[in-house]
Amino acid sequence: MSKAAEIDIVSVSKVYGTTTAVEAISLKIPAGTYCCLLGPSGCGKTSTLRMIAGHESISSGDVRLGNTVVTDLPPAKRGTAMMFQSYALFPHLDLIDNVAFSLKMKGVGKEERRAKALDMLKLMQMEAYAARRPAQLSGGQQQRVALARALITDPEALLLDEPLSALDPFLKIRMRAELKKLQTSLGITFVHVTHSQEEAMALADLIVVMNDGRIEQAAHPRTVFERPATAFVARFMGDHNVVAGRVTGSRDGMVVFDVPGGASLAASGQGREVGEPIDIAIRTDHVRIGEPPAKGLGFTGIVANVEYRGSTVKLSVNGAGIEDFTVIVDDTDFFAKPVAVSDAVPIAWDAEDAIVLGRLDS
Amino acid sequence: MTVALDQPAATTVAKPARRRRFSLGAVAPYLQSAPLALILGAFLLLPIIMIVVVSFWDYDFAAMYPDFLTTNYSDVLGSWVTWKTYLNTIKFAVIVWALTLFIGFWVAYFLAFHIRTTAMQMVLFLVCTVPFLTSNIIRMISWIPVLGRNGLINSTLVHMGLVPKPIEWLLYSEFAVVLAMVHLYTLFMVTPIFNTLMRIDRSLFEAARDAGASGWQVLRNVVIPLAKPGMAIGTIFVVTLVMADFSTVQVMSGGQSASVALMMKNQMSLLQYPAAAANAVVLLVLVLLMVAGILRIVDIRKEL
Repeated sequence: MSKAAEIDIVSVSKVYGTTTAVEAISLKIPAGTYCCLLGPSGCGKTSTLRMIAGHESISSGDVRLGNTVVTDLPPAKRGTAMMFQSYALFPHLDLIDNVAFSLKMKGVGKEERRAKALDMLKLMQMEAYAARRPAQLSGGQQQRVALARALITDPEALLLDEPLSALDPFLKIRMRAELKKLQTSLGITFVHVTHSQEEAMALADLIVVMNDGRIEQAAHPRTVFERPATAFVARFMGDHNVVAGRVTGSRDGMVVFDVPGGASLAASGQGREVGEPIDIAIRTDHVRIGEPPAKGLGFTGIVANVEYRGSTVKLSVNGAGIEDFTVIVDDTDFFAKPVAVSDAVPIAWDAEDAIVLGRLDS
Repeated sequence: MTVALDQPAATTVAKPARRRRFSLGAVAPYLQSAPLALILGAFLLLPIIMIVVVSFWDYDFAAMYPDFLTTNYSDVLGSWVTWKTYLNTIKFAVIVWALTLFIGFWVAYFLAFHIRTTAMQMVLFLVCTVPFLTSNIIRMISWIPVLGRNGLINSTLVHMGLVPKPIEWLLYSEFAVVLAMVHLYTLFMVTPIFNTLMRIDRSLFEAARDAGASGWQVLRNVVIPLAKPGMAIGTIFVVTLVMADFSTVQVMSGGQSASVALMMKNQMSLLQYPAAAANAVVLLVLVLLMVAGILRIVDIRKEL
């Protein structure tokens, strides 16, 4: 069961009538990776997954699984198995017959397929419920059965369409851990569609952030969080302030730019042409308050809102042409030198925390 | 609704009224169910009780005499004509059931899965119900100019030289009876099956395909099992309608074929009400047994 396959997506597009859901994306998912397709609804992540699974025709481009091009193969011939969003368990069959369904379709004898299905249910610790119908199970149990049904075909890659979205928050976290454990023990490739960046960070070896049918960034979660490639990624992953402006020059290996109607800031990154638009990202938790900033690495603003969050305090600051700049301060630091709404505070950050963001060529 | 409005009013009016309000609350469920109970009692239960009572009465050519005789039943069950008529009726029921189930399933399947927009589904579904804007009798009689000796089909066939002389069995035959019944009753099969098919989660088909099922296997392992409750409801409609039919059999067979209901009608026109009543009780028991049998095989509760 440890035959994992690399998934190679080569400039794949999906066009519905006049709308393009997925626009010539290319992606290589190494064998045995836990890959999360992350993005807001309508970004094309589910279409991409369904094209890998074979439930959606591919308008142009190719999908390769291992050494076979699977572009025109039916779902069952691809070596993939899919777990559906609402699990899609057959309501008229008990758990054993649900899990044994694909074996029945292959013409495996009744005794043999039921024995195999029971083994699979045992692996998921669901054998006690074998004679029940799906409607008699809780959400988490249904998910385990859906996993058992997908895995009985011995797939090289498991495709999961928002598998945790139907569960309540506590169960979500528990089933998330189970998924990760399962992937590690089976060693096969998992492709998991989600709109929750928290889920993606917790699970993935490879996060693929999608927007408008295109891939904004595909990298390890740490890279995606610490070095977001575009303004969209920085905003979607959260915990970043995105500041936009126009380049005015460069100084000491840093790009200098003007925020419209406000300050002149600097950020570390590639040199840009003067006059070009630029976006930078600043980690909200790497910003200090009450400290005069170095040139171009901070500004003075008015506190618009203070939110106490227990271990941290969240401040919203306006000023220097920047609206709603978020600062996350440690609670002890905050209460040592508290600030109130409508106070003017200096804000500062280090040069390496201001990152120049790229733009997708359109 | 009225009770809910009454209660706060009663509390505000006076404290002594508390006791009366309580008793009103206790009888409220009975009051609420009274209208339906009265209607069912007066128009369903009472007539059935009367039929059962009358079926034990004595009669001659002119009048009925209150009595407790079982001769009506022994006459019904002891005559080979009755047995033959019952068998004939059941034969019609089985043939019409099989045909309406087959046609009804595929019409519903087409409507549910091959018509993509809900608006179009509704339009086509209404088209299916258009014949029901005319009465049963008119729909039945309109077959006569089509199937008759000099009707549309026969004259076309003779004209084209395919048959030397008009085909006799098209009209006034068992074929005509079955044809008219299928025409009249298929919609009763289409509606419940369409309803169940529309409720099937489409992702189940994808899950089945993902598991390697062919189109035929999806149909056998997913669609048909999930459509069974609808098929059972349609079956109950069609079987009870065919078992109780007398006009179609009379008109379309030209009096050459018999059904239980037709036999009862004849008995009533001869003023043999107790005999007809005994027949009705036997038919009622038979139909109830058939419905009970269907309900044992298929669980339709989730459809209701």
